[in-house]
Amino acid sequence: MIGNFFDQFWSLTFGGLSLGFIYILIALGYTLVYGVLRMINFANSEIFMVGTFATVIVIRDLYKFTQSSEYATGFRLWLVLGTALIITMIISGLLSMVVELVAYRRLRRRNSGVLAPLISAIGVSMVLAESVRIMTDSRPVASPRAMEKSFIGKFFDADIRLDNTIIVIAALLLFFTLWNFINRTRLGKAIRAVSMNPSAAKLMGIDIDKIVSATFLIGGVMTGAAGFFYVLKYENTASSIGFELGIAAFTAAILGGIGNIKGAFFGGLALGLLETYASFFLGTQWKAVTVFIVLVMVLYTRPNGLFGESITQTRV
Amino acid sequence: MINIRDKGAQVWENSGRTGRVAIATLVIAVVASLPFMGGTILNTPIASYESVLVYPIAMFVLMAIGLNIVIGKSGLLDLGYVAFFAIGAYTMGLLGTKTGLNTWEILPIGIAMSMFAGLVLGVPALKLRGDYLAIITLGFGEIVRIVALNLGALGRSEGIIGIPTPPPVFGIEFSFDSHRIYYWTLLIMILLAIWMVRRLSARRAGRAWESIRQDEDVAELLGVPTFRYKIWAFVLGASVGGAAGVIYASKTLFIAPDNFTLQISILILACVVFGGMGNIWGVILGAVVLGYLPDRIRFLSEARLLVFGLVLVLMMNLRPDGLLPRKKREKAIKAKEAV
Repeated sequence: MIGNFFDQFWSLTFGGLSLGFIYILIALGYTLVYGVLRMINFANSEIFMVGTFATVIVIRDLYKFTQSSEYATGFRLWLVLGTALIITMIISGLLSMVVELVAYRRLRRRNSGVLAPLISAIGVSMVLAESVRIMTDSRPVASPRAMEKSFIGKFFDADIRLDNTIIVIAALLLFFTLWNFINRTRLGKAIRAVSMNPSAAKLMGIDIDKIVSATFLIGGVMTGAAGFFYVLKYENTASSIGFELGIAAFTAAILGGIGNIKGAFFGGLALGLLETYASFFLGTQWKAVTVFIVLVMVLYTRPNGLFGESITQTRV
Repeated sequence: MINIRDKGAQVWENSGRTGRVAIATLVIAVVASLPFMGGTILNTPIASYESVLVYPIAMFVLMAIGLNIVIGKSGLLDLGYVAFFAIGAYTMGLLGTKTGLNTWEILPIGIAMSMFAGLVLGVPALKLRGDYLAIITLGFGEIVRIVALNLGALGRSEGIIGIPTPPPVFGIEFSFDSHRIYYWTLLIMILLAIWMVRRLSARRAGRAWESIRQDEDVAELLGVPTFRYKIWAFVLGASVGGAAGVIYASKTLFIAPDNFTLQISILILACVVFGGMGNIWGVILGAVVLGYLPDRIRFLSEARLLVFGLVLVLMMNLRPDGLLPRKKREKAIKAKEAV
């Protein structure tokens, strides 16, 4: 077993890395919203789920790929992937804004405590998951393969797969774009201000509603991108995938310290690798259990995560 | 609707001891005779009126009362309530098929098991703020299902079959299709649960929960041992869920991991929220309405979870206190407005 593990170490690591980057993007959705609202956006997992469906629809219905069609190559490949990614990001971002309007805004205006918005967000995620479930007849949906998953090189004994490479590079680019956006732009500055102190930010003339809306948009865009990469990697989706990926990405966000962008990055990577290694030893059916145990242990022993604020003491 | 609640409370408060006994007896008698009062008009497309009274209605009512202790009374959002239901059911399934114990002997064991699970989950989880508690319990509910799905001893996806029915009581046989007797069994448990919740609410525990719900920090500063009372609320809620699970397993005679999905937790949550968090009569009303209507109306039964999701969103946004809100809250608001 151990010997096998070392034989496969690098290929497991590459798989874990690309999974980790998917987690990072979803975790960013949680972390950004948490930053401004001090609240877990329960509907984020379903925004991811809708994102995966958006990608499948673009590849299958817009570009008419089928299970037996030829792979796209060259310029057409980048066109297909690029448009799928961008359309997915737009749809998820807009959906995330709608979620904020429907589930949070009224309650936030009324200042109604912690419980009400949580329940309302769970309701919204239920509505999203169930609508898609009914539309897909509870069946998983396979995505046609638009891209040949060729090997582009070797690292030690492990093949470096094209899809994993694209995921890692594109997700890194997205992450640094977001990083610069939050740290360098005016809007990013406003988001940081609201995260630090909403009432002071308001006094400085920042429109809180607008900033919250923008944050949901950005969080949704990142989460949607994760949905695209997920389909690229696993080539299928189902109305129920939101839950598992959502809990895992949330764990990643907590692991790094929720509310903290850097935390989401390292937490996502750590969890992606950990989960992949653990599934190798325990079997994939225990994946969710591993993640949950990590979550409980982190919250119990180091609730601030690696970089975050102390969540046991922070109050809304 | 508020008036019905207030009128009811008024009548209750103004009647003497004999009056109260009379009212309670009358209500219990009417509720107990419900299985005889149904016509075919009340049948749902998939089941007879009598079986619907047992599941989902009575079962939902019992679980909603249990969850209400956790959510309504003490303001702790537990999204994994199905876990305790599942633990009760699996205790019944395992012990019922592997040992000679009967349902009544297993019932206390099942309750103890789910209370223990509540304790194990509660100790790490209840140290955390509300939304973290929510996500941990959410995960826990799913973990219990996954464990049942993957452990050979628990039958994996096939579950456990051939669970025995309870032995006859007063000469009345329990069998798969005798719904009445299960209904009455559940009714007794519901009455016990109502009694327990009412007794506790009027005493120290109830005041502690109320203070925790309103502001935990203040409660802690005023000397309320908040952590201990939160654990108590959690464990008591779990015990009711476990009891419901034991009865469920000995009614359906067959359980599988698919019976214990996250959706059950959300359904029960919707019942509590719809009826009115914290008010036991509201919660019962919510469970009856949400248990019955989606089954009765055919096009709703396919989309029942969608409806329940909508109920959660709409109730929170438009009427956050539910159909029958709790009384204290209103009084407090009125007092505030008067000032």
